[in-house]
Amino acid sequence: MATIAKAPASAQVPASSAGQVRRAGWSLQALATVFLLIFLIYFLLPFFWLIVSSTKTNAELFTTFGLWFAPDFNLFRNLSDVFTYDSGVFLTWLWNTTYYSIVSAVGATLIATLAGYVFAKFRFPGRTLVFAIILGAIMVPATALAVPTYLLLSKIGLINTPLAVILPSLVSPFGVYLMRVYAEQAVPDDLLDAARVDGAGELRIFWSVALRILMPGFVTVLLLVFVGTWNNYFLPLLVLSNPSFYPLTVGLANWNQQASAGGGSQLLYTIVVTGSLVSIVPLIVGFLCLQRYWQSGLTFGSMKS
Amino acid sequence: MQQQLVKADHATPASLRWHLWRRRVGLPYLFLVPFLVLFAFFFILPLGYALGISLFADRLVGGSVFIGIQNYLQVLHDGNFWEGIRHTVLLLLVQVPIMLGLALIFALLLDSGVARLRTLFRLGFFLPYAIPSVISALLWGYLYSSNIGPFAQLASIFHLPAPGFLTDAGMLPSLGNIVTWQWTGYNMIIMFAALQAVSPELYDAARVDGATGWDVARYIKIPLIAPAIILTAVFSIIGTLQLFNEPSILSTIASSVIQDHYTPNLYAYTLAFTNQQYNYSAAVSFALGIVVFIFSYIFMLVTNRGGRQR
Repeated sequence: MATIAKAPASAQVPASSAGQVRRAGWSLQALATVFLLIFLIYFLLPFFWLIVSSTKTNAELFTTFGLWFAPDFNLFRNLSDVFTYDSGVFLTWLWNTTYYSIVSAVGATLIATLAGYVFAKFRFPGRTLVFAIILGAIMVPATALAVPTYLLLSKIGLINTPLAVILPSLVSPFGVYLMRVYAEQAVPDDLLDAARVDGAGELRIFWSVALRILMPGFVTVLLLVFVGTWNNYFLPLLVLSNPSFYPLTVGLANWNQQASAGGGSQLLYTIVVTGSLVSIVPLIVGFLCLQRYWQSGLTFGSMKS
Repeated sequence: MQQQLVKADHATPASLRWHLWRRRVGLPYLFLVPFLVLFAFFFILPLGYALGISLFADRLVGGSVFIGIQNYLQVLHDGNFWEGIRHTVLLLLVQVPIMLGLALIFALLLDSGVARLRTLFRLGFFLPYAIPSVISALLWGYLYSSNIGPFAQLASIFHLPAPGFLTDAGMLPSLGNIVTWQWTGYNMIIMFAALQAVSPELYDAARVDGATGWDVARYIKIPLIAPAIILTAVFSIIGTLQLFNEPSILSTIASSVIQDHYTPNLYAYTLAFTNQQYNYSAAVSFALGIVVFIFSYIFMLVTNRGGRQR
């Protein structure tokens, strides 16, 4: 239960579930658990395959059964292949992904927090209209934006630079929406007025009073933008052509294409498999450690709509 | 706020008005500037630009020529576009209900406390969402593969033909499976969070009246979290119609099945970056946007009406 400490209603759960379990009885409980276990296997099976396969040589990928380990253990050999193949370009991709994700997440979250706070705590002309337009943007298909964004970026000469990935990622309409909902609930007007009476400027009030209260929401948006940028494929695929700027997703997809095309480089299969494992480990660790933040973020998103 | 007004009383009317304007209009917009500038540049401008170029054609003689809605008329009669729409709509009608149905069942089971090991299930089901869709497509591509995939290996042990995951008939279900695998847990968490926010007293009262767990789910919980379910459905409609990453990755191992117009989004990409037909590509993107809007709108209209009748 500690895992959802942020969800407002979590404290009420144990009481109700205990009562329900008593009623449900033993057989229903077993049935439901088995049903969920079957699906757990389904959801975890590809991860298991990935872990098993990254310990195999390329030949063993083809000759041994995919869902169990081969006699010898080749993980470290594969790892060193991943990081040395193509003169170590994987490490560059890993760095690029990390760099794009951190800069986008911090920038987008600061900008979205400032905007969400203003929408929540100030009444000004145009507030409803501007917010409605931003909300509408959440519904705009990314495709309608991708090609024109590419063309615009190439007009101003930003194509094939890190900025082409970072700048569009700085805009998070969903982040503005989440921060507005959060600020409305979390920041009391009285506190802001008290700070104003004390003569603090608005920027100072935001920075040293509001932002502190908004921290949990801030971390949630930070996490969502971080993962969104880390997982992004379409945008970097369009705007980057130089492999030394690729993020992991585009780089691995590229290697996979070469592996499938054959090209005499059979080594590539194990590299793509092991590289995939390396690139998801940070995300999985992050998600498990920061559960309460993303769970509370999804709660806010669903409750107000 | 009041303090400020009192102080301002001593000022002349003109500077008072200026002071008030700065406080009421200038300051909020000043704080919004970073967001609005980027939003204008990366949302409004590309949309306007795409709409603009979709009304032009690049001619060998005469360069860019205004042709009105002719590109859109061409999209209307473009078999490639409609074939892509057919694939994504099929997924929409079959895969999305399965995915959301599963997500709802999981959320209800985890919320009701019937099953054990609830934290494990919640995290395990959600885990696929944490990995990039490119990597989940890569992974499933290997699992589907007829030489290194475990399903084909199992089939060969029993002397059965390898399952045709990547054939013409198998491709849509295979794609649907990848999307279901990746997104069920995410939708489950949204529904679960909504369920957790419902006050348990509501069900306790129903229980006293003799309602079964099924009754509570059907008549109390599901109607109460309807907004969350509708939200997941709208996001799924938008995501499925725009499908790109999964078919694009699978096309590298099944290029004869997934042609460059398998989904509308893949088609727009090919038009722009292989054929350099930027104008027509923009028209296809916009047409897809219109289709997305129509589907979302019809869905919300239907669910709204259903809600009112109840």
